[in-house]
Amino acid sequence: MLHIKCPHCGMRSQNEFSYGGDATVKRPELGKEVSDQDWDNFVYNRKSLRGKHWELWQHLSGCRQWIKVERDTSTHEIFNTLKATEEIS
Amino acid sequence: MQKYSIFNLVKNAFSNHENWDLAWKDPTPKKEYDVVIIGGGGHGLATAYYLAKEHSITNVAIIEKGWIGGGNVGRNTTIIRSNYMYDDNALFSEFGMDLWRKMSQDLNYNVMFSPRGIINLAHSDAQMNVYARRGNSMRLNGIDAVLLNREQVKEIIPMADFSENVRFPIFGGLMQPSAGTARHDAVAWGYARQADSMGVDIIQNCEVIGFDVSNGKINGVRTSRGDIKAKKIGLCVAGSTNILAEKLNMTLPIETHLLQACVSEPVKPVLDRVVTFGAGHFYISQSDKGEMVMGGDLDGYNSYAQRGNLPTLQHVLTEGVAMMPFLSKLKMLRTWGGIMDMSMDGSPIIDKTHIEGLYLNCGWCYGGFKATPASGWTFAHTIAQDRVHELNSGYSLNRFSTGHLLDEKGLGTKTWIS
Repeated sequence: MLHIKCPHCGMRSQNEFSYGGDATVKRPELGKEVSDQDWDNFVYNRKSLRGKHWELWQHLSGCRQWIKVERDTSTHEIFNTLKATEEIS
Repeated sequence: MQKYSIFNLVKNAFSNHENWDLAWKDPTPKKEYDVVIIGGGGHGLATAYYLAKEHSITNVAIIEKGWIGGGNVGRNTTIIRSNYMYDDNALFSEFGMDLWRKMSQDLNYNVMFSPRGIINLAHSDAQMNVYARRGNSMRLNGIDAVLLNREQVKEIIPMADFSENVRFPIFGGLMQPSAGTARHDAVAWGYARQADSMGVDIIQNCEVIGFDVSNGKINGVRTSRGDIKAKKIGLCVAGSTNILAEKLNMTLPIETHLLQACVSEPVKPVLDRVVTFGAGHFYISQSDKGEMVMGGDLDGYNSYAQRGNLPTLQHVLTEGVAMMPFLSKLKMLRTWGGIMDMSMDGSPIIDKTHIEGLYLNCGWCYGGFKATPASGWTFAHTIAQDRVHELNSGYSLNRFSTGHLLDEKGLGTKTWIS
């Protein structure tokens, strides 16, 4: 079982969280001309890296905040967690 | 190659079965092939077989990082069906059902295809309506479908929970009598043996390191066992699709996820159909050895681990026990995981790419095993003729840009995120 350190609540079990996918995907900016390719990349296309992967999780059965988690997709090791508002360095 | 037959079985018995030919050779890679298939799973082996059989292209190599049949073709729950509503999925899968019925004869290898039927259970009036609609669509496409009421389901699977006072009472179900199961390893070995006998080189322990692309054309592949030239390369690597796509600077509408399955200890025959729970994601059948073979949801987060976590397994088995309470008495014998190439609309991709000579076969989600023959057949056609066949025309890569999604479940993108 994964143990995820919520930046708001501390270390909790995976059961309390739900998954939200790649955290590095950026929505095309509003008010600007957006190409079909940009929309495709935002909605559908994913790198789905093997190794370190920044991803969104929601602490659904806890504080209900969205957080960012850096996890290895082949070993499940978790390196870092951030609040949703914090930028990935 | 020696034919597998009763005559040869008796003949070899006199020499204690020590003189059978090897089922396939272990060749050293040549410098160049007409076609290279990357991935020695069910789909890759089938593709090579149909390239040789249907298109007389035999100068073909299959390159496999591990050993053939060691990935998802040996890790699935062996369900074979064509109970789809959309034409593209239905016609493709039903074409595959025909290949399944003939497979043991065709490959001279007993794949133990068992058309025992599949029942999708319904737990509400609304779900019965949805199944009636799907059943009608299937019948219009020539696929057998029978809508069963509660009493009819009870006759077929009396061990399911038919009590009134449960969270998900059984209202009925949709049955495809011609669906079934097969021995998955035999499918891989049967295709490998026949492909090998027609001249295909099966090269194992050979990892792809990179590609040789110039002026928008593929020229070859760099591997751990040297460079191999080929003007046509087919990618058939399921859960490793994203890794190879990165080497080609491609980003695909695919995420890689982990799916678990498990079997119980063997018990006497109790279940002679494939049954799926309609209020969640759970499917079950009983193997010839007596084990209950079960599977369900993805673990839910991107993974290349081929090893799952307990919470998902617990969740899946809870659904199983809700459907068939006797399962709670059984001990689990084995659990395992495989990595799935989850496409964004739940349907696969069999298509050409923007790189000339590079062909893509991926996105099989939960349903790769049953598609093995049809996928191999259509992918071989796509590679040999350099154009998609009518049967896989719906499985285009650009459907995500054009909006022609094949979202069979009508759930939009990333259906695994709940």
